[in-house]
Amino acid sequence: MSEQAPVLECRNLCVSYFTRAGEVPAVVDFNLKLMPGEAHGIVGESGCGKSTVALAVMNYMGKNGAIVGGEILFQGRDMRTMSQEELRQIRGSKIAMVYQEPMASLNPSMRIAEQLAEVPQYHEGATQQEALSRAESMLAQVRLPDPKRIMHSFPHQISGGQQQRVVIAMALLSNPSLLLLDEPTTALDVTVEAGIVELIKEIAAKFGTSLIYISHNLGLILETCSRITVMYSGEAVETGSIGDVFETMRHPYTRGLFNSIPVPGADKNARPLVAIRGQLPLPYARPQGCYFGPRCDYFVDGRCNQPSLPMLPVAPGSTHAVRCVRFNEIDWTTARKANGRPPVQRGEVVLDVEDLSKHYVIESGPVALISAKKTVKANEKITFRAHEAETVAIVGESGCGKSTFAKVLIGLEPASAGKVQLGKLQLADVPVQRRDKATISRLQMVFQNPFDTLNPSHTVGGQIGRVIRKFGVESDPKKVEERIDQLLDIVKLPRDFAKRLPRQLSGGQKQRVGIARAFAGNPEMVIADEPVSALDVSVQAAVTGLLMDIQREHRTTLLFISHDLSVVRYLADRIIVMYLGRIMEQGSTEEIFSPPYHPYTEALLSAVPIADASVRKRKIVVTGEIPSPSNPPPGCPFQTRCHYMMPGVCDAILPPLRQFGGDHVIACHLEQEALQKMEPVITVETRSEPADHTASGIAS
Amino acid sequence: MTALEIGVKPALPLHLRVRQPDCLIALILLTWIPLTFYVMFGFYLSDTVRNFVLLPAIPATVALYIVAVVSWRESPVAVIGATLVFFWIFVAVAAPYLPLIDPNKPIAPFAEVGALKKDHWFLLGADFKGRDMLSRDLWGCQRVLVWGITATLVAYAIGAFFGLIAGYLGGWWDQAISLVCNIILSFPVMVLFILILNYLGPSGFNIVIAVTFASAPAIMRIVRGLTLDTKTRDYIFAAQTRGEHPLRIMIFELLPNARGPIIVDACLRLGYTTVAITTLTFLGLGLQPPDPDWGLMIKESAKVAMVWRFSYMLLVPALSVSSLILGFNLLADGLREMSMRD
Repeated sequence: MSEQAPVLECRNLCVSYFTRAGEVPAVVDFNLKLMPGEAHGIVGESGCGKSTVALAVMNYMGKNGAIVGGEILFQGRDMRTMSQEELRQIRGSKIAMVYQEPMASLNPSMRIAEQLAEVPQYHEGATQQEALSRAESMLAQVRLPDPKRIMHSFPHQISGGQQQRVVIAMALLSNPSLLLLDEPTTALDVTVEAGIVELIKEIAAKFGTSLIYISHNLGLILETCSRITVMYSGEAVETGSIGDVFETMRHPYTRGLFNSIPVPGADKNARPLVAIRGQLPLPYARPQGCYFGPRCDYFVDGRCNQPSLPMLPVAPGSTHAVRCVRFNEIDWTTARKANGRPPVQRGEVVLDVEDLSKHYVIESGPVALISAKKTVKANEKITFRAHEAETVAIVGESGCGKSTFAKVLIGLEPASAGKVQLGKLQLADVPVQRRDKATISRLQMVFQNPFDTLNPSHTVGGQIGRVIRKFGVESDPKKVEERIDQLLDIVKLPRDFAKRLPRQLSGGQKQRVGIARAFAGNPEMVIADEPVSALDVSVQAAVTGLLMDIQREHRTTLLFISHDLSVVRYLADRIIVMYLGRIMEQGSTEEIFSPPYHPYTEALLSAVPIADASVRKRKIVVTGEIPSPSNPPPGCPFQTRCHYMMPGVCDAILPPLRQFGGDHVIACHLEQEALQKMEPVITVETRSEPADHTASGIAS
Repeated sequence: MTALEIGVKPALPLHLRVRQPDCLIALILLTWIPLTFYVMFGFYLSDTVRNFVLLPAIPATVALYIVAVVSWRESPVAVIGATLVFFWIFVAVAAPYLPLIDPNKPIAPFAEVGALKKDHWFLLGADFKGRDMLSRDLWGCQRVLVWGITATLVAYAIGAFFGLIAGYLGGWWDQAISLVCNIILSFPVMVLFILILNYLGPSGFNIVIAVTFASAPAIMRIVRGLTLDTKTRDYIFAAQTRGEHPLRIMIFELLPNARGPIIVDACLRLGYTTVAITTLTFLGLGLQPPDPDWGLMIKESAKVAMVWRFSYMLLVPALSVSSLILGFNLLADGLREMSMRD
């Protein structure tokens, strides 16, 4: 630590919101010291108060929020004593902020140039000429291709990743000493996210800006920050350097968080994830003493529920501190492990998809008669098989056609060509209206958004019961009710939830009801479209665990659609990687995560942030953005971003399918030998703990 | 753990049981059916039945009012609106039992406000035929309320149905329905009313038809918009993937979720409809004499009331109409405000 004065210091900061229900403490007793050039990560689940910290630093909490205790020193001056005018001067010039939704941070009716030029014009009184030239050079510094064109664009004319780069450029224009990043990449695809993260690291080094990086993703914090604060329910529970917190965490919540993240060592059979039990307490119903107490395995009555627990340094003089009175007594070496279970043997082929294509015809023109018809190939020649009791994952970024594929399968959209065979039934061109009850009940779906998956007007029991009656599982009202109770038991929810309305449930609970509803008709196969991506990590672990348990018991085939490679590696048996409607690579999980790779898979693996300090990743640069599915590049769809691109071949001819033993297929122009020579992207350094066969299996 | 998660529910006390949906529906029906029957088909009934038919509606109205005030107590605007509306509903159901003289009996023409003539206090004066204004005003609200609410409900049923079809099925259905609606909406409302009522002849039922014709397209647009928003939700896909019939999806999955904006709009529309009915009656196209009705009262006294001394003949029904409409509008405002807050 240098002798410099800190840029920002929060001392015992308390922030409250005043609502109709009374005072709601959002942040309690928060301490932070940020040195110049330092990057500090704040991590926590939704509702833990991490965004409130950022708003408090800006002193911008709206009418009903207020700092009720402690102080915020910005470059040695207490921000609470500053006048509104002084604050206005500081915001945007000395402290800048980047928000989650880039589209919402830019004014849709102004050109990028005008928006950027405003910053130096307003804060430094620069002339318009000067401001515009500075804006353009800043766009080049955030690695935007063709800054001139972007300057003259409106926000909607550039992609999400480019928008976020513009927002970052805008934040940097006034050369701030503190940059607040509130989930800056959450709305972006992984490969785009990797580019932004790279940029943020570069900026911190180049401009000497101090960063506060707020995220729910521990992997991102590991990649960008040097120090980290873990928050839970409005309190900082653990703070320290990245190394200390990631390697030797000393708070049960931090540990729980790490246990519920699918890192390379986790495996659904041998080392299943451990979810944190219970739920986040509501801000006005927090327990006394340690807020994590009711969910903690090490809770001791009389000590943990004493009021106002302090942050304790782990060792005298250490900057690693935890809010836990028992951290010295807990045995941190024996990890809490769930019991391993034997892998499930897969059965017969349940689903056989052959050359399935789905094209949309779009009329692009003002008048239907003179318009040019355009074909969007959402799915092109999809071929794969799924067996009984197997989990097949479809992975890809937005626009790759994975959700369209689910819709074709379930019968909401007719296929344009190809065959889909479920058991002995042909389904490709049979819309759901023409499928009989038995067929429909064999194929069910779990949806992505927990807030949309249940009809807000009907009770939980009513919605599950409808499926039971509809598929003729039971018809007698008594038996239907019994079955509802059974299903609620299976998804580990209390039985009296049947009478509740969805708004009385949390996100994770709603998703459980969605799973119960999908399994109510005893389906053979369940399509899960991003079932956990909207949930917090600890809830994610619980929901994936549940899904696995039910699948194991009923020997259901699970088609798991996701953009998240970490989750997919954890629970899938086979993986299909899609890009712009085509399958790039498919094979067993082990085959996908070890060489030979498809160049796109290689890039994806390198882009995924992993919350494990012992993991080393090979950097692979992916340039550019995902092309629009309505205007895909000729030849190989990935050729525009591929660093193996061979001009004349890749941009002209569709890549051939290369077989690598078993079911491992890669669609690439690279020679078999060249693919085989690739090095592993992710390697796990062996630690002192006993070697884990799954972790080393992936690395080999 | 939240308090909600604790075990078995105890039996609800009476004041909470009244607020359960099924109980509320029963109360509304108990108020509404007798009143509608009394106004629409009252002349078919024998006197004895007529005398008793409205009795159960009185306690039901009072109970509904109490429930409304308790559940909307956080919004003073809504409570004021509800008070105005329920005042008139109460007057409508209680009119036969209030100590009023026959509204159609001529007693003392041009008796002024507060005059005592022929052993009768004319608290609000008498009209040019000598009929008691207070009695006519209170009786008059029956017809305005019944026809206004019936017309709005019918317009809503039809507008919402077409809105659901246009929004949910989309494509050809949407284009056809929207085109028809746009054509109807392009007519000035009054011209449309006058055309329809001239063609069908003036009567309460024809007012319902005319109001439906004029309001349904606007309602259809609102419901269509809400449907377009809701139909992309996952629970609709879930219903589709279990092979539900489109009609079932529209009525059970989509419609309940559009209820918030619909209720607010319905309150506003009740106000418009009341104005329309009063205006139509004033023009002689609506309800027919001699039974009292606010529009009719204004029409009948319009000429006489030119004289300043007799302006009360206009003011009494006009203020009554305004207070009812104000009640509906305040209610709509309050409900919207409450729905925004959560």
